[in-house]
Amino acid sequence: MNVAVCVKQIPDPAMPGKLDDDSKTLDRSGKLILDDSDAYGVEMALQLAEAAGGGEVTLVSMVPNEEVSGLRTALAMGAAKAVLVSDDALAGSDALSTAKVIAKAVERIGDIELVVTATESTDGYTGTIPGQVAALLGWPALTFARKVEVGDGKVKIERQTEAGYDVVEASLPAVVSMTAGVVEPRYPSFKGIMAAKNKPVDKVTVSDLGLSADDVGWAGARQEIVSVEAAPERGAGEKIEDEGDAHEKIVAALEKQKVI
Amino acid sequence: MGIAKVWVFAEEEEGKATAATLELLTKAREVGDTVEAVAVGGDAASLAEAVGEHGATKLFTADPGDSPKGVIGGAVLAQLVEEHQPDLVLFAQSYDGRDALSGLSVKLDRPVLTNGTGIAVDPDTVKIEAAIFGGETIVTSTFKGDGPFLAAIKPKSFPAEPGGGGAAEVVSVDGFDAGRAGEAKLLDHHVEEREGPKLEEAPVVVSGGRGIGGAENYEPLVEELAKLLKGASGASRAIVDAGWVPYSKQVGQTGKTVKPKVYIAIGISGATQHMVGMKGSDFIIAVNKDGEAPIFSIADLGVVGDAQKVVPKLIEALKAKG
Repeated sequence: MNVAVCVKQIPDPAMPGKLDDDSKTLDRSGKLILDDSDAYGVEMALQLAEAAGGGEVTLVSMVPNEEVSGLRTALAMGAAKAVLVSDDALAGSDALSTAKVIAKAVERIGDIELVVTATESTDGYTGTIPGQVAALLGWPALTFARKVEVGDGKVKIERQTEAGYDVVEASLPAVVSMTAGVVEPRYPSFKGIMAAKNKPVDKVTVSDLGLSADDVGWAGARQEIVSVEAAPERGAGEKIEDEGDAHEKIVAALEKQKVI
Repeated sequence: MGIAKVWVFAEEEEGKATAATLELLTKAREVGDTVEAVAVGGDAASLAEAVGEHGATKLFTADPGDSPKGVIGGAVLAQLVEEHQPDLVLFAQSYDGRDALSGLSVKLDRPVLTNGTGIAVDPDTVKIEAAIFGGETIVTSTFKGDGPFLAAIKPKSFPAEPGGGGAAEVVSVDGFDAGRAGEAKLLDHHVEEREGPKLEEAPVVVSGGRGIGGAENYEPLVEELAKLLKGASGASRAIVDAGWVPYSKQVGQTGKTVKPKVYIAIGISGATQHMVGMKGSDFIIAVNKDGEAPIFSIADLGVVGDAQKVVPKLIEALKAKG
């Protein structure tokens, strides 16, 4: 079974984020890394392909600036190849434009039976891409999966709910979004890292996908940021060192707040 | 003045309209002249009463059969929007809300704004506010081009207040086409035992992070404390990513926003990702080994100490008080 995994290369979330002065969108000009959320998707795709008795895992990613370091991480984990949509015209794309690009890239790979995504990216976290990609492809969307099984031309998931989980099933091809933490992403081996350097990365532009540059990026974005303001600050209160009696202070605070 | 017609994708859980649905309706009343709701599944009569009381004059309902409500919601809304032309459609930033919004945006070819924490209308443009960078910065965005405008709003962004309306008029909808999306079938529904209130509605929230030391400590430290305080238990993204607890427990940017009376952060350092989801709490208590942890910059009571030592004593003390 051939599986496509959407992976995003994002600014290191451990570093303080900043907004671009002109566009007021997130500054993504620095070094980009593989979004941690997507490592789970890569791991799941590898496990599903293995369980299905073979097939390739192909990464799908989109950046304005040809960045590949995050892709290499996922290739080192075991993905076979990648499609990288890289085009200056992509800068400023809103979520729906992004979904259109990803859907076209999945179609370009061809022969994909399952698309795996995270529930949202760590940097932009709009959270609609999985459902939008599915709707654009005309495939069922199975979202917020905490367990995924594939067999007999079908995919079955445990879908996270507020109260527990639902079991949801659909025929392939389908799109699955999965929650973090439900599989343990493998560490790339040295052999994997070396092999990743030679794995094919199909670099394509927006026009290669049959889309117009007017449909994506700033040109195609149908939303804009009109203001950026500092939120009201919240200061710190009392800070104490625990000397074996900190719990008493906490009890006193809980009493004062009238919750006990 | 507001915009003419605002729709709310209404959801129910455990037989009741969700709090987020009622919050959205309350806000919709303020920004729109006409407020209507669209729901998939559930008991139409009781939902009509709840949404009507909060300002909706009509409730469109559709039967999802054995398909998930969210994806069917997208198809139902697409059909209704063509016919009734709302100016703004609001969704809760919930599992089903996100599914319905995603599907609808593609069917209408309209963009989305999500993770909203505020809505303003000025005079006919819709502005959606969202908090970024740990809640330190508020970004306001607008839609360009034609409506309907589609937005998802985080639960707990507005209070829910009844407007005194009677039950909404129920309009049944059928004949919608979900396409292959409708092929997804709900085979089984599992409700996990939950003691105490829901995370987003609890007056006290106790959340755990890496500092609790391991997955095995979540129950005896975090859940036990939450139970004693009649609260709910939450988590940092770090321990959700590590697989210690499910995604539904995550508090923060990509998780839930909570605003309890008291929030207790145990072994959470306070990444911006987490802080944006809890800094609206009335009173914040943090226990963390690292005195330099960012969580202390917003804690009303910060305890620099080992969570694995402080919390068991706290639990003992609370039990002793009875």
